Amino acid sequence: MIIGNTSTSWKFFSWFFALALISPIVVMLVGSLNNAGDLFSHLWATVLPEYIQNTLVLGVLVALLSFCFGVPAAVLISQTNIVMAKQLRWLLMLPLAMPAYLVAYLYTDLFDYAGPVQRLLRAWFNWQSPNDYYFFDIRTLGGAAIVISLVMFPYVYMLTRTAFEQQDRNLLRASRLLGCSERQSFYKIALPLARPAIAISLTLVIMETLADFATVQYFAVNTLTTAIYDTWLGYGDFGAANALASVLMLFILFVVVAEQRARAGQRHQSSRPNANQERKKLSLTQQIFGSIFCWFLVLAGFLLPLTLLIIMAIDYADYPQLIALIATGKNSLEIAIYSATIATLIALTLALFHRLHQSRSRMIPLQISGFGYAIPGTVLAMAMLATFGPLDHAINDVAKGVGFQAPGLILSGTVFAIIFAFVVRFSAIANGTINAGISQIPKSLDLAPGSLGVKTLPAIFRVHLPLLKSSILVAWLLVFVEAMKELPAVLLLRPFNFETLSTQIYQLISDERLEQGALGAILIVLFGLLPIIFLNRQKDS
Amino acid sequence: MLNKILFSSFVLVAVLTTSINVFANDDVNVYSYRQPFLVEPLFNEFTKETGIKVNVVFAKKGMAERLEREGEYSPADILLTTDISRLIELKDKHLLQAVQSPELTAAIPAQYKAADNTWYALTTRVRNIYSAKRLGKVDFNYEDLADEKYRGKICTRSGKHPYNVALVSAMIAEHGEAETLTWLEKVKANLARKPQGSDRAQVQAIHQNLCDISLGNSYYFGNMLNDDKQKVWADAVYINFPNQKNRGAHVNISGMAMAKYAPNKANALALMNFLVSKPAQKMYAETNMEYPVRPGVQPSKLVASWGEFKADTLSLETIAKHRKAALILLDKAQFDL
Repeated sequence: MIIGNTSTSWKFFSWFFALALISPIVVMLVGSLNNAGDLFSHLWATVLPEYIQNTLVLGVLVALLSFCFGVPAAVLISQTNIVMAKQLRWLLMLPLAMPAYLVAYLYTDLFDYAGPVQRLLRAWFNWQSPNDYYFFDIRTLGGAAIVISLVMFPYVYMLTRTAFEQQDRNLLRASRLLGCSERQSFYKIALPLARPAIAISLTLVIMETLADFATVQYFAVNTLTTAIYDTWLGYGDFGAANALASVLMLFILFVVVAEQRARAGQRHQSSRPNANQERKKLSLTQQIFGSIFCWFLVLAGFLLPLTLLIIMAIDYADYPQLIALIATGKNSLEIAIYSATIATLIALTLALFHRLHQSRSRMIPLQISGFGYAIPGTVLAMAMLATFGPLDHAINDVAKGVGFQAPGLILSGTVFAIIFAFVVRFSAIANGTINAGISQIPKSLDLAPGSLGVKTLPAIFRVHLPLLKSSILVAWLLVFVEAMKELPAVLLLRPFNFETLSTQIYQLISDERLEQGALGAILIVLFGLLPIIFLNRQKDS
Repeated sequence: MLNKILFSSFVLVAVLTTSINVFANDDVNVYSYRQPFLVEPLFNEFTKETGIKVNVVFAKKGMAERLEREGEYSPADILLTTDISRLIELKDKHLLQAVQSPELTAAIPAQYKAADNTWYALTTRVRNIYSAKRLGKVDFNYEDLADEKYRGKICTRSGKHPYNVALVSAMIAEHGEAETLTWLEKVKANLARKPQGSDRAQVQAIHQNLCDISLGNSYYFGNMLNDDKQKVWADAVYINFPNQKNRGAHVNISGMAMAKYAPNKANALALMNFLVSKPAQKMYAETNMEYPVRPGVQPSKLVASWGEFKADTLSLETIAKHRKAALILLDKAQFDL
C-alpha cells in the first residue's frame, strides 16, 4: 500500500464525495418514513404485485438479452479474425448513442399495426384486419426488453471486450501447453477471467433498466417506476413514492451484493495485456453467422433507427429548426461535459482510495456512491430539490441576516442541481469502469514506487493514471453519452429558458410529433458518436 | 497534471457561477405545464406590448414540488397548467395567492375561476368521443362506452392520464363510486388493446381499423387536421360531443395562477391581464384549437365548424375533489394492466 493511514486528505475527500453523492438518497429514505400506510396497502391489493412482477421479468430479460448480444460480440471482435473486425469494433459501440425512448418510439412507429411494415404485409397478402394474421406486438414487456437491450448491450460488449484484450496471454498459452483444446482454454481460462467485467456491466444494465421510465411508459408496460410516478404525481403522496423508490433501491442493492458475492475472492491482474493475441481463424460458416450476428446488432441498435430519423428530418426539417438547435445543443453539451468530467474525477478518487488506502472502511465510499444509478431520474430530481432547497434557504437567510441581498436559489434553481443529479445518477458507471481498470493493474505496481522512494501522488500520476488511461476515457465517454440522453432530471430541475435536446425531443414525442424533432434527435446521436470516434482513434494510435 | 486538474476545476466553478442568472426587475417568471409552441407566441406579443421580458421553465411533472421546496425564495411569478387538478393541487398546498383586477373580473365567468380568486381558467377543452366514420353518426353518452356491443372496439390512452382521471372524477360526481367502478370495468372489457399512447394515437388506430371508438380532447382533432401526416387519421373519424341530451360533455380547462411568493407581482398581474384580453384569448384559443373562456371571443373557424355543444356545468372544484377516488377506482379496475 502506498497510501498510509496518514493520508487523511485523500480519506477526507473520498468520504466527502461519497457522502455528498448519497445525500439525496438519504433524504429520499428519510422522506419515505413519514408515509401513511393506507395508500401502500391499496396499491398492494390492486396493481403492485403485477408491477413488481413486470419489473423483475424485465430486469431478467434485459440482462439475458444484453448478455447474449454483448458477450458473443466481444468474443468475436477480440478473439477471432472476423471480417471487418476493425470497423465492427467501434460500430458495435454506436447503439449506446441511441436513447432507448427514441428507439422505442421509432420501432413502434415501424412495427405497430399502423406502421409501414404491417401495412406492407397487409397490402401484399390482402389481409383486412388484425384478426387475419399474427404479428408480434411491440408494445409489450418483451418488446421493451428487446429495445432496451439493443441500446444497452454495448456496455456488456465494451467492458467484456476490454477484459478479453487485457488478459494475460501467457495464461492462455499455458493452458494450451497443458493440453486444453482451444475451446477448453476459452471456457476455463478466458471466460472466467472476463467474469468481473461481465458482471459489472450486467449490473449497470439492470440498474438502468429498473430506473427506466420513458421507455416502459411508451410501451405501456407498468413497472415499479410506474407505481412511483402514480403515487407521487397521481396520489400526491411523496412519502409513499419515496417508500416505493426505496423498495426499488433494495432490488438494486440485492443485485449489487449478489454480483460482488459471486466474484468474491477472485483476483487476477495482468502486466502483459495481450494486444497481439493470436486470433482464432473462423470457418466460412462461422464467418457468415458471426458477421450476420454483429451486423444485425449494429443495424438494429443504430443504423436502422438513425435512417428512420434521417428520413423524418428530410421530410420535416427546416432552417429555423436548425438555428434553434444550436442553443439547445450547446446546453446539452455543456451539461454532459461537466457531468462526465466531475463523475470521472470522483470515480478516480474513490477507486484509488479503495485500492491504495489502508483504512479498514476503504471500500465503503466506492460502494455507496454508485447507488444513485438505480433511482429514476424524476425521483432523483425530487430528492435534489429536497436536499438543496433547505440549503438554499439557509444561504439566503444568512445572507439576509448579515444585510446582503438574498442571492436566490443558487443551488436548487440552477444547472448546478442538474449536474449534481447527473453525477449522482451516473457515478456508478464511472466507478464501475475505473474500478474494473484498476483491478487489472498488478498489486506489485502499488508497492514499487514506494520502495523506490517516490511519493504517493507523483507515483499515482506516473504509474496508475497512465495505465488507467483507457478506463478513464471509457468512463468519461459513458457518462457523457448517458448525460446527453438523460431526460427527467433536466425536465424538473432546469432553470428558466433552458432547453436541452432531450427535453425538446421528449416534448415532441409525447405529442406524436417526433418528426419535427428529428433533427434534434440526430444531433443527440451525433454528439454521442463524437467520443466513441475519439476513443477509437485513441486506441488505434 | 495536478495543476491542470486544479486549473480545470477553477474554470468549472467559474463557469458554473456565471451561469447563475440574476433576473432583472422588468422580467416576469413563468412555470409552465403548457408547451412552448403554445405560449411562446403569446409571450412574444406581451413583451412587444409592455417591454416586460418573460422567462419560462416548461415541465410536465413535479412543478408543485419544486415550487413547494423553493418556498419564499422561489423566482416563479406565474404558473400555467393544462388541467384543473394541477391548479387545485397548487392551491391545496398553499402555493398560490389570490389575485383580483377589473380586467380579470370582467373577462372570466365565475364558473371558470376559483371562488377565492387563486386561479383563473384561460381556455376550455372538451373530452370528446371520436368514432369511426364507418359507424355512421351516433349519439354518444360516456356511459355507452360500457355497452357490450362495443366489445373490442374502444381505444384509449392510459386511464391515469390527468384528462381521463378528470373524466372519471366527473363520472363519480354523477353516478357515485360503485357505479363508476362497474362502468370502468366494463369499459376496460371493451378495450381493443391495453391503454397506451396519446389521444392522437387512438385516432390513428381507428384510421387503421384497430378499433372504432376513442376518447380524446377536442383540440387534438383540429391539430391533426392541420398536420400533413395526421390529417388522414382525423379524416377517418367524427368528433362527437357526448351526453348532449342530458348533462352535457365533460369539460376541463387550462389555467393560470400567481405564485404565493411572486417576486415580480406587478409584472405578473400585467401578464395575467394580458392573457385574458380579447386578442390574447383569441390567439391562445387559435394556436391550440381550444375554446376561449372569455365570453364574446370566438374559437377558430375550424373549431366553430364542429358546432355548438352543451357543456357539463359540474363545478371544476368538484371534479378535482373526486380525483383521488378516481385514481383508486382506476387501480381497482386494473384499467391500465
